Amino acid sequence: MRIKSSTVVMTLYLLFLLIPIYWLINMSLKTNQEITSGFTLFPHTFTLANYATILTDPSWYNGYINSIIYVTMNVVISLTVALPAAYAFSRYSFMGDKHLFFWLLTNRMAPPAVFALPFFQLYSSVGLFDTHIAIALAHCLFNVPLAVWILEGFMRGVPKEIDETAYIDGYSFGRFFVKIFMPLIASGIGVAAFFCFMFSWVELLLSRTLATVNAKSIAATMTRTVSASGMDWGVLAAAGVLTIVPGALVIYFVRNYIAKGFALGRV
Amino acid sequence: MDKTQNNKAWFLVLPVLVLVAFSAVIPLMTVVNYSVQDTFGQNDFFWAGLSWFEDAISSDRLHEALWRQILFSVIILAIEVPLGIFIAMNMPKSGFWASLVLILMALPLLIPFNVVGTIWQIFGRGDIGLLGHTLDAMGIDYNYTNDPIDAWFTVIIMDVWHWTSLVALLAYAGLQSIPQAYYQAARIDQASRWSVFRYIELPKLQGVLLIAVLLRFMDSFMIYTEPFVVTGGGPGNSTTFLSIDLVKQATGQFDLGPAAAFSIIYFLVILLISWVFYTVMTNLDKQETF
Repeated sequence: MRIKSSTVVMTLYLLFLLIPIYWLINMSLKTNQEITSGFTLFPHTFTLANYATILTDPSWYNGYINSIIYVTMNVVISLTVALPAAYAFSRYSFMGDKHLFFWLLTNRMAPPAVFALPFFQLYSSVGLFDTHIAIALAHCLFNVPLAVWILEGFMRGVPKEIDETAYIDGYSFGRFFVKIFMPLIASGIGVAAFFCFMFSWVELLLSRTLATVNAKSIAATMTRTVSASGMDWGVLAAAGVLTIVPGALVIYFVRNYIAKGFALGRV
Repeated sequence: MDKTQNNKAWFLVLPVLVLVAFSAVIPLMTVVNYSVQDTFGQNDFFWAGLSWFEDAISSDRLHEALWRQILFSVIILAIEVPLGIFIAMNMPKSGFWASLVLILMALPLLIPFNVVGTIWQIFGRGDIGLLGHTLDAMGIDYNYTNDPIDAWFTVIIMDVWHWTSLVALLAYAGLQSIPQAYYQAARIDQASRWSVFRYIELPKLQGVLLIAVLLRFMDSFMIYTEPFVVTGGGPGNSTTFLSIDLVKQATGQFDLGPAAAFSIIYFLVILLISWVFYTVMTNLDKQETF
């Protein structure tokens, strides 16, 4: 039997991608004793204790709850403000539109490290430090421009005649937008929501800077536990595996649009 | 598409403007404020003029971090872009396998940055990691916490692992949009595989590749979390990139003035690159419509 070279290439590449992930899962199912005492390719003493630790200890599972709360808030805020703006950019030319669009882009490209300290002071001074909304608003810095860009790319694919017909039929702007236009770009909204979710979920620097206890994200929980207790590799690996799960679940729904989202709707 | 001239569209953009102004302009003004002042205590500031900028521009520390950063970004692009295109050309075109491969390839993109760091931190260790253990067993002296070359190797292979799929997915989407007729014409002309790639696929991929290159450039230029988790910027300063250095200055040592001046220079570099990106991209958009 002849094996195609492309199959070989893809197999090698996927192995390269999956082996480190396998290693993490492998570690998460071992006892700490097994991890430190010897080198094993698969767990000999299979244990779920590491997962049990995370799911029963509030300082661990609160991290997940906090992350999910601020990520959800961020997705809702980003999409609410980005939808009308993207419509304006895709349909109208107005004074300063190009400059505004470019300015939004610069925020996507702004290094979070530059903003960490000023955010800390800004949110402390308005009494929002260590709240979910503070992190959600901070993540808007890069998610709102991203959402505007992706949605604009999808919206320009919708013919303008649809808008005009709707206005002739007597639709008000609001009713047209919600009843007709939003269903037309539903996949675009889904993709934008997915990308906002994703970038807010993976971000560490700002979420760590803006929260200490009440809104502490899972990412921050992980880094601090490493420095505090030193070598609890099993629990750390289990926590890592659990952070991959939500992304892996939602990726299924957007699998055909991932590239379009990354290309800011321009494929 | 022809756009209608309508200045009332500003009302639709207003919410974004207010929100982004709150989370971008106010903090940026704070940074500018710090960059021209010096402080000896809690709220005791006085005017320092441009001296922080002069210090920052002439400091060896910034130069070293900047060169390290540029070298890192160049290596990343040199590996990920050709590899990404190569992978994209080998991906299955349709059916169950195509979906499965897409999902598996997108998986690394969705892992939180610090978990990516954690994965490679564990994976590269000589005692408990597969990579480190295998290299040690092969007789290669590999230790990313002591040896700068090994640390660079780890950080680069981690980034390749993390982001090559992005380039591949974009190139794949670009390849899918090439009509079959192009390939048929090439077959009639008996074009070689190389000339099909050079004269059909590459020009058609121009748009998505530009986005891929620039996204990868930007994100590698601001990389913070992954190397921070794996190497902490060490050994010594060998993997201290711009963001890591900046956070060290701002939150570790509380040198607000120099850190702020550093931030502004950093931001201006990014702004310049963004401008090039935007100009090239809007030009491409125009070409498509004509």
